[in-house]
Amino acid sequence: MTTTSCGTAGQSYYEANALKRITSLLDPGSFHEIIRPEEKISSPHLRILGQPCSFNDGIIVGAGRLAGKKVLIAGQEGGFMGGAVGEVHGAKLTGLLQRATEEGPDGVLLLLESGGVRLHEANAGLIAVSEIIRSVLAARVAGVPVIGLIGGVYGCFGGMGIVARCCNALIISEEGRMGLSGPEVIETTMGVEEFDASDRALVWRTVGGKHRYLIGEVQRLVDDDVAAFRAAAIELLNDPRPLSLEELQKEHGMLSDRLKSCSSAYDAIDIWHTMGIAEPETLPLLDTAAFHKAVQHVYRGAA
Amino acid sequence: MEQLEYEFDGAGSLRQSGPAVLVGVVSSGNLEVLVESAELGGRGRVVVNTSVRGFGEIWQAVLTDFAGRHNLANLLISINDAGATPAVVSLRLDQAAEEFYRGEP
Repeated sequence: MTTTSCGTAGQSYYEANALKRITSLLDPGSFHEIIRPEEKISSPHLRILGQPCSFNDGIIVGAGRLAGKKVLIAGQEGGFMGGAVGEVHGAKLTGLLQRATEEGPDGVLLLLESGGVRLHEANAGLIAVSEIIRSVLAARVAGVPVIGLIGGVYGCFGGMGIVARCCNALIISEEGRMGLSGPEVIETTMGVEEFDASDRALVWRTVGGKHRYLIGEVQRLVDDDVAAFRAAAIELLNDPRPLSLEELQKEHGMLSDRLKSCSSAYDAIDIWHTMGIAEPETLPLLDTAAFHKAVQHVYRGAA
Repeated sequence: MEQLEYEFDGAGSLRQSGPAVLVGVVSSGNLEVLVESAELGGRGRVVVNTSVRGFGEIWQAVLTDFAGRHNLANLLISINDAGATPAVVSLRLDQAAEEFYRGEP
């Protein structure tokens, strides 16, 4: 209740739930939910498996306005099964993106927080992710920019990590994490010698927001503040990059350069050193403003 | 999973036409509570889906306390529970009722 008096200023994106993120990101009072929880469209698979369901299946979708512009928006609820994508969850996201392709709003905002496919739903979850990817690209081809925001407790991994990198642009906070296999998955499959998921510093300097920004995978690194995410989203909506062959080739060029220049690196710090950052080991300790200052001379911008 | 249903007498026939409200998240030790208007002849109904079996009496006690604090006439309250403690359930119920009544004109 205390948040009412302080408004959205200083509202942590990390700590907010999906609905709070959506309502404080958009223009006040502009959000309208599509497929409301009282319709009780929840997972048929979880019910059969005797697992608790959620009335929104862990995702809120709807329409609203961002600085007056018409946007469609989705927010994954990390608290429910780590934001994992099941059949209904995925269908809500795919439906929203298809609506974007048909209606042509000024943009789509995806508030991503997910460990990937919901393993309980197996193939239905995998198919859902492929449908989401296809519909993100279809929306982009139709000229609707899709902006991903990452700053939640569970990060953005697995299939949703792929979806994130299919967006026009991404916004991340230092607390945000993004990747394909998450730290625990790497440790489980490759061994603790390969990646120690309990080493928090290692986890954050490998999959955390600062590193993702420096290696050219996200366009904006912002403070853990909904207002900062909002400001960055407004900026990026005003400057949408179309999906074109040239853009793809540019991105592939960036990736192959990166592979070449980083192939002998053992740790993120080696990469930052190679990039020409003077005291790379200090980067994780800097706040966002100091970090931007420390890297501005080497940052080439995300592809 | 266990499904439990409870009914309570509402006090009078208050106009309860606010939009449905959902609070909480179905995560470990937590629950979500959906409050919506329904034509229930002045009574209130609570439907609980919980991951923990065998706590029907505790639910009855917590919900009876809640019905004593709020008028549940013509309200359908649906709960998805992932093992929340009685104290957490009480707080979430109060939060849900507060948000529902705040939304009413």
